[in-house]
Amino acid sequence: MTDIFAKHQGLREAYEGLTAASPRNPFEVVIERPISASVGIIEGRETLLFGTNNYLGLSQSKKAIEAAVETAETMGVGTTGSRIANGTFGLHRKLEAKLAEFFRRKHCMVFSTGYQANLGTISALVNKDDVLLLDADSHASIYDGAKLSGAQVIRFRHNDPVDLEKRLARLKDHTGAKLIIAEGIYSMTGNVAPLDKFVDIKTRHGAYLMADEAHSFGVLGAHGRGVAEMQGCEDGIDFVVGTFSKSLGTVGGYCVTNHDGVDLMRLCSRPYMFTASLPPEIIAATMAALEDMQARPELRTKLQENAARLHAGLQKVGLKTGEHVSPVVAVTLETVDQAVGFWNALLENGVYVNLSLPPATPDNRPLLRCSVMAAHSPEEIDRAVAVFGEVARHFGL
Amino acid sequence: MTDSVAGISGMIIEKLLANPKVPRDIDGNSKIVEDLAFDSLAVMNFVMEIEDELDVSVPLDKLADIRTINDLAGCLHTLKVAHA
Ligand SMILES: Cc1ncc(COP(=O)(O)O)c(C=O)c1O
Repeated sequence: MTDIFAKHQGLREAYEGLTAASPRNPFEVVIERPISASVGIIEGRETLLFGTNNYLGLSQSKKAIEAAVETAETMGVGTTGSRIANGTFGLHRKLEAKLAEFFRRKHCMVFSTGYQANLGTISALVNKDDVLLLDADSHASIYDGAKLSGAQVIRFRHNDPVDLEKRLARLKDHTGAKLIIAEGIYSMTGNVAPLDKFVDIKTRHGAYLMADEAHSFGVLGAHGRGVAEMQGCEDGIDFVVGTFSKSLGTVGGYCVTNHDGVDLMRLCSRPYMFTASLPPEIIAATMAALEDMQARPELRTKLQENAARLHAGLQKVGLKTGEHVSPVVAVTLETVDQAVGFWNALLENGVYVNLSLPPATPDNRPLLRCSVMAAHSPEEIDRAVAVFGEVARHFGL
Repeated sequence: MTDSVAGISGMIIEKLLANPKVPRDIDGNSKIVEDLAFDSLAVMNFVMEIEDELDVSVPLDKLADIRTINDLAGCLHTLKVAHA
């Protein structure tokens, strides 16, 4: 009998090598419980959380909590069905209308996760006769959606309009539809995409453009509509995809657009159809979080201040960060051993960040991915920076 | 030099040898993943470098069938001829 797990041998060796060298398993960190948006109990200690996606701190929104409790009490905790069968409650329609209005778009589809929003949107929009042009550093959900679609996939260099244009020019005789996909803020590095430049290019080459604003929704733009709003190019973006699992602090995903053609996506997008819809209390909490976000634009101002403080602080203690000031600040290190040692020392000193290892990082180097929240106090940021500085000195960096 | 499979293969090897981590004894029959220890991301990124040289784009599904340097050269050559 062929060992069904034999294919994992390479992974096993990499995993065992990594965990043997680390005092704790980096993939099995347990936050015993959060005690606020910015502090959680890890290994029995109060730990500053600098590795979440809770940019506005809304996972702890009072209004969202109350809405969830009240809805669970009146409607129960689940729908037990697909959106196209018994899984659409009035609340799902209401959230879709609210999001369409927020993004000033005609249509909105809500999915059960952001991952599925990408899978479901991409696989419904393109098929084997079409071409997808993906930023090389795209999130796994975009690559997986591309695979599910069966379309030809061409990567262009990260955030590089010139490279994108070159590749579109090579496709000038291609008869299928062309869909360009980029993110707003890149989750690992905090890099911001030049969506405005991509809009110019897609217009010249007769392509469509989709933006995944997972990390920029609620974070950038005067109203929180993301990088497209910030760069003033929303009209040129055909489809915006995103998630509730970051700035809104709940779970779920969406696609908004002005194209009427998406109506039929509800009947051909398999990741939309063949899974249970979001539970009512999640929808209610998401709506309340969205209202909270709209009512408190100061959260975005605070977030930007905090991002600048963390970015400047880490640079000042001599660490290598990206150039963009955004709520994701990645500290690049040279070797995996160094990154694992650094990450453990941070945690032992009360600071949790994300350890990101190749091949999940862009240029084959390990990253300590830090993310900042509106809910962090200046003292918490300074404390985290000080710990980073001490650990860096200890490691001779 | 890039208008035949052999020419493209030679160009790929030259580019690979510029990376000090690549074994010195590679040839057209070397397997990219096994012999060169490239992971899937490294393969995609390396292909991007050659794409510029030949002015073609290799769709990702084509990479799935490629094992050796000569396979890659053959694929690039086919794309180049189709594009010309
Ligand atoms: C760019 C991007 N798109 C999509 C997702 C998926 O979102 P979700 O966690 O809601 O499935 C993520 C986060 O994991 C992401 O970073």
